[in-house]
Amino acid sequence: METKVMEMMRKERIDRGIKVRTEGIYAISAIQEILYLLGPRLLLIVGVLLLPFFLELAPYWKRVINIMFVYSILAIAFDFLANYVGLVCLGGAFFVGVGGYLSAIFNSYFHFPIYLSIPIATILGAAFCTLTILPCLPLRGVYFAIVTLMYPLLATRVIEALNILGGTNGISGVDSFPHQYVEHYAIIIIMLVCLFGMRRFVNEDIGLAVRGVKDNDQAVKASGISITYIKTLAVFIASLMGCFGGAYIAHLYMWAGLSLFALDFSIIPIASVVIGGGGTLVGAVIGSFILVPLSEFLRFFGTFRIVIYCAALTAFIVFKSEGLMVYLQRKYHQFERWVKV
Amino acid sequence: MEILVYGIINSITLAIISLGFTLVYSISRLPNFAHGALYITTGYITWLFLNRLEGFPYPFAIFLGIAITCIIGALIYQLILIRIRGMEISEIIATYAIGLAILEGLRWGGLRGMTFTLPVFYPGAIEIFGVSVDYQRIIIVIVGVCTFILLYLFTHFNKIGLALRGIAQDERAAMMLGIDSDTTAIISLAIGSGLAGFAAILLLPLGNIIVEAGYNVLIFAIAVCVIGGLGSWAGTILASFIIGFAQILTEHFLSSHYQMVVALLAIIVTLLIKPSGIFGKQKELEERV
Amino acid sequence: MKNNVIISVRGISKTFGGLKALMDVSFDVHEGEIFGIIGPNGSGKTTLINCITGFIKPDSGKVLFQGKDITGLAPHKIAHMGITRTFQIMRPYYSLPAYKNLIIPLWSPRARKLGGWRGGGKHGDRDTVAVDILEEIGFERDSRVPYKLASTLPTGYQKRLELARCIALRPIIIFCDEVFSGLSMSEIAGMMPLIEKLKMDGITLIMVEHRLRELFKVADRVMALNFGEKIAEGDYTEVIEDRRVKEAYLGSEEV
Repeated sequence: METKVMEMMRKERIDRGIKVRTEGIYAISAIQEILYLLGPRLLLIVGVLLLPFFLELAPYWKRVINIMFVYSILAIAFDFLANYVGLVCLGGAFFVGVGGYLSAIFNSYFHFPIYLSIPIATILGAAFCTLTILPCLPLRGVYFAIVTLMYPLLATRVIEALNILGGTNGISGVDSFPHQYVEHYAIIIIMLVCLFGMRRFVNEDIGLAVRGVKDNDQAVKASGISITYIKTLAVFIASLMGCFGGAYIAHLYMWAGLSLFALDFSIIPIASVVIGGGGTLVGAVIGSFILVPLSEFLRFFGTFRIVIYCAALTAFIVFKSEGLMVYLQRKYHQFERWVKV
Repeated sequence: MEILVYGIINSITLAIISLGFTLVYSISRLPNFAHGALYITTGYITWLFLNRLEGFPYPFAIFLGIAITCIIGALIYQLILIRIRGMEISEIIATYAIGLAILEGLRWGGLRGMTFTLPVFYPGAIEIFGVSVDYQRIIIVIVGVCTFILLYLFTHFNKIGLALRGIAQDERAAMMLGIDSDTTAIISLAIGSGLAGFAAILLLPLGNIIVEAGYNVLIFAIAVCVIGGLGSWAGTILASFIIGFAQILTEHFLSSHYQMVVALLAIIVTLLIKPSGIFGKQKELEERV
Repeated sequence: MKNNVIISVRGISKTFGGLKALMDVSFDVHEGEIFGIIGPNGSGKTTLINCITGFIKPDSGKVLFQGKDITGLAPHKIAHMGITRTFQIMRPYYSLPAYKNLIIPLWSPRARKLGGWRGGGKHGDRDTVAVDILEEIGFERDSRVPYKLASTLPTGYQKRLELARCIALRPIIIFCDEVFSGLSMSEIAGMMPLIEKLKMDGITLIMVEHRLRELFKVADRVMALNFGEKIAEGDYTEVIEDRRVKEAYLGSEEV
């Protein structure tokens, strides 16, 4: 009797021709190569800069888009800490709350103008957050995650219990932005600065040391570099971003309250990073571009939208943990075909 | 005297709450951040049976509530956690997300407001050492202590219990002896969820079934387990008493707002001073080179 | 003429739970020499390195470097003084290319302070310096090897990368934890000139090794450990004839 021999096929991935051509000096030899490299980046930058004009057509979305950019900054911060430094911070809302409250305090209580209160809140807030997180830095991954989860919860309970900083009512009387376009472009430009700045940073020499801590912190210690210093620096950078986000939101809503420490600010960045693709920084941004408008659509479901984020987050962690960005990058740079084994 | 009595009650309460979380972690190294959600789920299911079906017997409703929660727990493992086993951070995020989804889903599905209650087992109160204590709380203490003793006997003298302890101590060795790690994980997660439900039906009659309680339970469970040392039974009990009394003392001398603050601060302080907890079995924090 | 003692270890002991890993180990290493540490598995060799280089705090005892007490200092401070080490279980920075692995030590405060590499002045372009160092230790400059991801390198190259990491720090001492293990004869032959060169540059090498024959070709003096205790020290011909060392490796003949 004949036995059937199964043809075994496997998937093969090969770099696209254009990718190979752009890998060296030849990258600037032709317009196609230049477009291939710069295209996606330009698309992002130009698209994002022009967005406020398009929003004139749909004024409802203006505030949503502003919030979306805040979330992308928070997502960049989370991606940086988790995938480049190895510190998984489950309590990103802590940065937002600290930044928001500080800005409200300086603006509402001390009558600082908005263009002073936001930078001050960003820097002082980052300093405060870094100091409070400092003792937790030596902890192993799991414990660090648990502790950071607790920080925003602790902050809300303390504010509530001591009834300081406006207690459950919060601080009102915060100035808004002088002009709508300032509102838009402030956050857009900062977001672009954060994105491209961080991408640059992780490839600088100091950024490599930071990434080294994630890969192999013993080797970094053996090279004479203090891990504590590196981690502190990383947390400071991430909290700069988080506190700026908080300060911005306080002025956006002209109010700072307990909701600044809300779960949303911790979870949505994490979901954005997981869905968009961890470790790429751009993925974090793309993820937030998807999630935040989606959450707006889901708004009429009420708190059900949290169910949906969590379900999506879980699905991605379990099934497609590389995220969209890595998948898209792969498609862009390589093509696949089936070959016989 | 009041402090002593309430302190004991509070401590046993915390211990009961944390039982499920400790069990799952010590056996399968799974930090089950959906613990609080499972707690509330049992309460809600029990309430549904009791109130949506006329004349449904209370004990049966309790049984169903706990049983269904056990199944949910097992499903969580089988469908989701089994695929990310070993990656601790992913496990935390995934179980946390699932827990959130359950809690917020329940909130959306109608669990709002103060109208959801479970009846106490035995109404009324008596005086102990001059302090008025309701029967429910007494039942809680007695049942709690009995449960601890039973669990101790189970894990020390019963074959299955010993197998679970074996896995808890050394997973690889247990696997070599033929104990399947995935099956044990399903069992432990089912039991852990069941224990969460068990705690729920004991404690929820004291108040209302509200979603916030789910979050609080999770935080208390984490606090107790971290302070006692993740994976240590003796530690869990000791930590329950420490936090239990600390909370009662704070409530007595300051105000009841600080209950949660005490738990949270306790977590942070412990992680700073002795991260492995009081009886923690984790080795030094730095990896050995 | 004997050089001065550069590292002095006095009475180091370390116990882990019930296990006595090190018991009252003392020895001196002279400047510029190659000092070997041998002993069967589990004799505490790596623990000894960890205690000296700060990765583990010894329960008792002292470590003196150039006369200064460095016992129990943080590892990065000890590395900063010029005491470097390789790791037995090699873990290069997997996600980075080979030459980028060296950027991290080159960026460290010590390398930045001492500087002085050829090819770029005091601080220079670290990328160039990194490739230079790789060339010194045997990576072919014009090939793609220095630019490959560290995770894709064969073992021999990864071992050299470990050493390169130490060299980049302008070390005074290098603790080599089993650098010869896992290498083929030809790879070891390729490493020898590197070891000789390090010695000529005046760097003190303390080598923990299992491969005795290769070690004895280069070592000036050797110390043997067994079950955490020092059982012999001296020239390798003496040590290898020592009864206790033979028993440790081969087992005693007593019935």
